[in-house]
Amino acid sequence: MIRPDAPVLLEVSDLHARVEEQPILKGVNLTIRAGEIHAVMGRNGSGKSTLSKVLAGHPAYTVTAGSVSYMGSDLLELAPEQRSRLGLFLGFQYPVEIPGVSNLEFLRVSTNARRAQRGEEELDTFAFEDLVRERLKVVQMDPAFLDRSVNEGFSGGEKKRNEILQMALLEPLVAILDETDSGLDIDALRIVADGVNQLAGPENATLLITHYQRLLDLITPDFVHVMAAGRILRTGGKELALELERTGYEWVDQELASLGREPAEVL
Amino acid sequence: MPNTADWLTQLAGAPLPGRSQEEWRFTGLAALEALAPELWSGVDPFAQLSLPAGISCIGADQAQGLQQQVLKATGGSDAWSVRLNQGASPRCLALRVAGAADPLQLHFDAGAEPGLRALQLVLVLEEGASLELLIQHGSSGPNATSLVAVAQLGRGAELNLGLLAPGDARASLLSHLSITQAPASSLQLTTAVGGWALSRLEPCISQLEGAAHTQLRALQLVDGQELADTHSQVRFEGPDGQLDQLHKVVADGAGRSVFNGAVRVPRSAQQTNAAQLSRSLLLSDRARVDTKPELEIVADDVKCAHGATISRLQQNELFYLQSRGIGAEQASRLLLRGYCEEVLRELPAAAAALNPLTLLLREHP
Ligand SMILES: Nc1ncnc2c1ncn2[C@@H]1O[C@H](COP(=O)(O)OP(=O)(O)O)[C@@H](O)[C@H]1O
Ligand SMILES: [Mg+2]
Repeated sequence: MIRPDAPVLLEVSDLHARVEEQPILKGVNLTIRAGEIHAVMGRNGSGKSTLSKVLAGHPAYTVTAGSVSYMGSDLLELAPEQRSRLGLFLGFQYPVEIPGVSNLEFLRVSTNARRAQRGEEELDTFAFEDLVRERLKVVQMDPAFLDRSVNEGFSGGEKKRNEILQMALLEPLVAILDETDSGLDIDALRIVADGVNQLAGPENATLLITHYQRLLDLITPDFVHVMAAGRILRTGGKELALELERTGYEWVDQELASLGREPAEVL
Repeated sequence: MPNTADWLTQLAGAPLPGRSQEEWRFTGLAALEALAPELWSGVDPFAQLSLPAGISCIGADQAQGLQQQVLKATGGSDAWSVRLNQGASPRCLALRVAGAADPLQLHFDAGAEPGLRALQLVLVLEEGASLELLIQHGSSGPNATSLVAVAQLGRGAELNLGLLAPGDARASLLSHLSITQAPASSLQLTTAVGGWALSRLEPCISQLEGAAHTQLRALQLVDGQELADTHSQVRFEGPDGQLDQLHKVVADGAGRSVFNGAVRVPRSAQQTNAAQLSRSLLLSDRARVDTKPELEIVADDVKCAHGATISRLQQNELFYLQSRGIGAEQASRLLLRGYCEEVLRELPAAAAALNPLTLLLREHP
């Protein structure tokens, strides 16, 4: 839902970042307002996951220029846990398995960290079980997953559902979902998409990173951005995704060439 | 007062092992040498023991014979720690288990009294018998506990033995565990040790005719100036034996951890299936970990896998937790607890009520 007067939640300006001396992000600009759904598309290696991890505060990435403001404060100054507590959520492309740490306990500690930040009382084990059982319905997940270790031995689709469950518990203001659709069969895709749609509202915003139109058939984006060589090359409406599906990314090479870059640099 | 090293030499009838001996190469005995040279004189821990149904006592003479027999079979007779124990006027508890016995718990707390305390345990599990036994060690002073536990598992017997030993930075623990297994028996041995100036564990398992199942799980934690050593040995004296061994270490401060895991598969032990994994978590630059598998495999038709990893807390795991609002310190603690839990959850059920993690990580709630 586009409302020009809606408050800006996230504002990324000329963001540059590198990993191990290698520049990856080369001037990303992006403005996200409350109520909006954005999609970022682009070839493998164009920097989509890097953007999401820089926003979430992964220590392997160094910001070399530019700024990010989140809810009016300097996001880059905040520790990763602080970003989460303030409502920024990253659904990982590759959720990590953590043997020995109970999924239920993890979800509870995490949810309570966000609640404390919002001035809400922390939930004890019993109260939390009630909440989590209710939120499990959003992703149609079996409660048995709560008793296992975090993501340990979960299939690809189960890991992604566990990510959306976390999103449902944390009630983020800005949710970045990095290829949450990849590796899902059509039923799981529908469940995940339904979950995201249920959680989207006028107060929050969603940034979907995806390769596929099939996700955008289920979640309608207000804006589609095409990323290449560490920047956003073009922005359009939902029709841009359909156009990409027809034409592919050939034009990206030409556009980059006209910007004075080698196509090889895209990859 | 005699010099402690001389006194210990006299008790053991053999000089203190030195660095020139392979078995003790990394394990200095300074903590033992700092003991007051006297035998501990507290109450007999076995005096007031009430035995659950299915367990009966064995006479002293018979117990001695059984002990010799098991130690001979595992090769434990010559171990210095065993000789020291035998020379230090040990208190002995000898038990026979028939059928499915109720769980048993033994608590050996050395308290704050100085000196050396020697304990012996002899267990016989008759054919088809089963027992869950949790041994708990503790100390809060400058003392040493020496335990020699032997067990004989009859055909089809099942022993679930746990050793939970949170220690004291002035205390030492020497624990020798010799166990023989008849075919179709199953041994689950889980040890969790941490916080001792010096700890030395010697699990020596012998599958007398192979065809038995052995599961070993170990967690050892060192911090400060502590030293923890596990020398394990599993022998297969016949075909079709199985071993599943996981040894985990948490090394912090200037702690020192030693693991030597011997697996012996002679020609007679065809179709043995043995897996040994050693994992060490290094939490400080000053800590040291020495880990060494010692596989002696002569049989040709066997599966023997082994692996060893030494790592720090994984950045990706930490970041995942942090990205869910969990602070860096709490995230590290969660990961550390998870790492330990993999072993601790294998302890006999009675351990859960003791909060083993809290005891071993020395957390103050
Ligand atoms: N931790 C890292 N170490 C080294 N190179 C990295 C790292 N993360 C990303 N890169 C590199 O940055 C580029 C962009 O990767 P990524 O952001 O994952 O792309 P996308 O998600 O669009 O496929 C790639 O060339 C990738 O190899
Ligand atoms: Mg990616």
